[in-house]
Amino acid sequence: MAVRKLAPDDIQPKSFAFSPENEAWAEGQIAKYPAGRQASAVISLLWRAQEQSGGWLPRRAIEAVAAKLDMATIRVMEVATFYTMFNLEPVGKYFIQFCGTTPCVLRGAGDIKKVLERRVGEQNHVSADGKFSWLEVECLGACCNAPMVQINDDYYEDLTTETFETLLDDLAAGRPVKTGPQNGRHASEPQDDIKTLQDPKLYDGSMIGAWRKRFEEEAVKTADTGEAAAATASVPEGGKAAKPPAGRPEESKAAETPATRAKAGETPIHPADRKEASDPSKATKIDPETQDKAKPAPQSDKSYVATPSKPEAGRPVPDAPTTPIAGTPPSDADTRRDGSESKPGVTVDKDNKTS
Amino acid sequence: MAKIIVDGVEVDVPPEYTLLQAAEAAGAEIPRFCFHERLSIAGNCRMCLVEVKGAPKPVASCAWGVRDCRPGPNGEPPEILTKSGTVKKAREGVMEFLLINHPLDCPICDQGGQCDLQDQAMAYGVDTTRFHENKRAVMDKYLGPLIKTSMNRCIHCTRCIRFTTEVAGVEDLGAIWRGEDMEITSYLEKALGSELQSNAADLCPVGALTHKPEAFHYRPWELAKTDSVDIMDAVGSAIRVDSRGREVMRILPRVNEDVNEEWITDKARHIVDGLRLQRLDRPFVRENGRLRVASWQEAFAAIAAKVKGTSPDRIGAIVGDLAAVEETYALKLLMQGLGVRNVDARQDGSIVSPAHGRGSYLFNSTIAGIEDADAILIIGSNPRIEASLVNVRIRKRWRIAPPPIALIGEQVDLTYPYEYLGAGPDSLAELVAGRHSFAEKLKEAKRPLVIVGPGALARPDGLAILSAAASLAQGVGAIAEGWNGFSVLHTAASRVGALDLGFVPGEGGKTAIEMAQGGVDVLFNLGADEIDITPGAFVIYQGTHGDKGAHRADVILPAATYTEKSGTYVNIEGRAQMANRAAFAPGDAREDWAILRALSDVLGQRLPFDSLNALRQKLYGEFPHFAALDRVTPADAASAVTALAGLGGAAGREAFASPVKDFYLTNPIARASGVMAECSALAREIRLEAAE
Repeated sequence: MAVRKLAPDDIQPKSFAFSPENEAWAEGQIAKYPAGRQASAVISLLWRAQEQSGGWLPRRAIEAVAAKLDMATIRVMEVATFYTMFNLEPVGKYFIQFCGTTPCVLRGAGDIKKVLERRVGEQNHVSADGKFSWLEVECLGACCNAPMVQINDDYYEDLTTETFETLLDDLAAGRPVKTGPQNGRHASEPQDDIKTLQDPKLYDGSMIGAWRKRFEEEAVKTADTGEAAAATASVPEGGKAAKPPAGRPEESKAAETPATRAKAGETPIHPADRKEASDPSKATKIDPETQDKAKPAPQSDKSYVATPSKPEAGRPVPDAPTTPIAGTPPSDADTRRDGSESKPGVTVDKDNKTS
Repeated sequence: MAKIIVDGVEVDVPPEYTLLQAAEAAGAEIPRFCFHERLSIAGNCRMCLVEVKGAPKPVASCAWGVRDCRPGPNGEPPEILTKSGTVKKAREGVMEFLLINHPLDCPICDQGGQCDLQDQAMAYGVDTTRFHENKRAVMDKYLGPLIKTSMNRCIHCTRCIRFTTEVAGVEDLGAIWRGEDMEITSYLEKALGSELQSNAADLCPVGALTHKPEAFHYRPWELAKTDSVDIMDAVGSAIRVDSRGREVMRILPRVNEDVNEEWITDKARHIVDGLRLQRLDRPFVRENGRLRVASWQEAFAAIAAKVKGTSPDRIGAIVGDLAAVEETYALKLLMQGLGVRNVDARQDGSIVSPAHGRGSYLFNSTIAGIEDADAILIIGSNPRIEASLVNVRIRKRWRIAPPPIALIGEQVDLTYPYEYLGAGPDSLAELVAGRHSFAEKLKEAKRPLVIVGPGALARPDGLAILSAAASLAQGVGAIAEGWNGFSVLHTAASRVGALDLGFVPGEGGKTAIEMAQGGVDVLFNLGADEIDITPGAFVIYQGTHGDKGAHRADVILPAATYTEKSGTYVNIEGRAQMANRAAFAPGDAREDWAILRALSDVLGQRLPFDSLNALRQKLYGEFPHFAALDRVTPADAASAVTALAGLGGAAGREAFASPVKDFYLTNPIARASGVMAECSALAREIRLEAAE
């Protein structure tokens, strides 16, 4: 977390008062909560105070909110300092929150940062003309449009150094700018193939297990070159995991949707039937081919809470509590705490050293 | 009751107990930092982790209730382990994290030797660290003249925040920023505005908050510890006086659930420097208008010469606020021997008197009894500065479930909300007549409590006010079987003991104020420093500090303070408690009873005891309840209240005003203390700021 501090006294405004419309709005916020719980409105009031003060929270604003909500000033101070979206020092007219989390960095956020450092200067400092300041923040949740920045209230995505420079120029000159993706995309659709979702392969089941095929092909490739047998070791083997066996696409009820049924000319399943079908006790309803599927999902007999003392009908009570003793190292236990077994063929390197 | 198995031991505990309490009931020790019995549960230090059978992770035992545990698969009681390998590992892990940012400055830390972190690191920690990065550094904060901060040491337990917010009732402290950067501070580092703030430093489990006046003065293992009782107010808080050699180094609270729980006021704690400053260490005699050092014989001779030539009608004796029962008794016997009826222990002009029965001047509900009250009326008192720990109890009662509370008197911040009924006797009369809605609330209450403070009593019409309050108490049913809700509050530690002894003017005797205003020619002043004595009378001052009384004196007899003598003090509830000697009086100063015994010999009225034990034997023979130490000897309050209510009388219209103008400077010891002077100046500043 960036070092935050209160703005020095000489730039703190001498007073703060909500504007009449904000005052009315604040009353509305307070009215949302029961009488005596007016302190619950503290974050919304601080946010509005920040908007009114040009993007940052002066000390007087904190005191004004405290007085308005009948709270001790230190309590409001605690909130204002806890949340990093409250700026305690002045920010530029355009406050740029630059995303520096992994997906953006992989897509070139480093270059964007260099632009910021060159054009705006150091982080947390307002540029000489007062137009810009920037701050590196954690993921803003627009990874599919990486790299991106947030300027005041808007996202600017799919940036390149060129588009970003243009964007900054436009903002500095007061020209209108386009929010959202800067590379012509409308939202986060695939850039070169806008009709991906219409690919029939997605729906005929042929894609199932494709990832495994790819792993196997790659494993063969690496085995051919005679290196890194360890790479194959990391690929799960056998059908133990609840995943379809490789290369054998099988029919899965889960893939049957009302849409596909309608397409195949079948009648939609009546909800009552569906409910009946999911009842494991009704053995006659079970389609022999898919009998395995109709079983109730395998339930882990591991539970994070003690087994209820009242056993379920028809289920035997285990003789001994099966809950693992907390703190047992996984390597010492036959079964692991998530119920899976140790992967065969994988030796656990206890020292966690690369050999 | 709920059964739970702790380390294989099955115990039966109330279901609302936490696992930590259940473990303690089973005899298992759980380390903790943030948990404190008298504060809300924070659960943020994680030191109290235990293993609960069936839970996937260790749980914080301070925040997990016994009733929240699931039983075993076959209905066995829930089981927790406090000594298993997992628990040991968890504690070591927590300790390692706590120590990551804790500086290794124990050798220069005042908490060294009395530090929870130090002790628990020894008991539950590991001996090495795996952290090779730099430690966090935090700016120290200014929190006022009493608390020294060293915030690098803070482990973020938030006990200080919870104490000031919950017990002291001032929302001054808070935690700003977050995560590793979290810092405990007051808003813009303002000084704390509580008369109980030093307790926060006591609560600090590490050396982050320490007592500023005592900084670098001692190590805890060097001190001799003496259990005693505080006399800065009339509450009688249990204290421990720690001394090194002849010098008292510090005063700490002791736990006494009936009186102070485990808090004391800043005044009780930090007058330590006042015990050695401005002391009278040898007798003085006034010659040609100037005091000169004299010997005991010279001083006694001067007194004897004056007393012999004066008729008993023109001799008087006043007992001050800090006198113990023993010397008051000795003085009473001496004055009886001389035939003097002008004796008074009420230098503030209060009208409380044993004439109306003991129940008329005691805090009959007892302090712990405040928690049972379901409606409270405070008349003419500011309990926050007159008896801070009574105020803490009222606040505690208010926090349990707010009862109706009302105040007649000065409108002040009592740290809890109350209904303000008015400023003076008129409002009380309204209430007595049942013309105010609060009278209904008092009537509806099962255990109403009426507290009458010194602001209502220390005035000429005090008796009429006391009578009105008594008839109100009677009218609303405050006196009932098993409940006595008529309570009188005092500010002087000596007051109840002196009234028990009957140290009030005899028939035709003059009151303290009359004596001070020229009613007598020879005035024996036993430590009364809050009264103005007009010129003319020959004043013998027996006391400890060069204060107002000594300045006016013609003969000064140096005496011992409460830490330098063994003395009985009776608190407002009527609880006799013993203060013990922790050090010796300076120079020629002597214990008070011994001075009076020696003087009585010179005056030809030799007192019939030669030792403190002999004095006490005689005292206990005459007043057996002084021997019942640490217990409240209840008074027959019903008849006292009836007697008071029958007095009637017309009260004036003047508003009630607390006699305590400055909390920090109420007695000669406090006035001699530099720390108290600093606190007083700061409090004045805060008041001025608030007035703006």
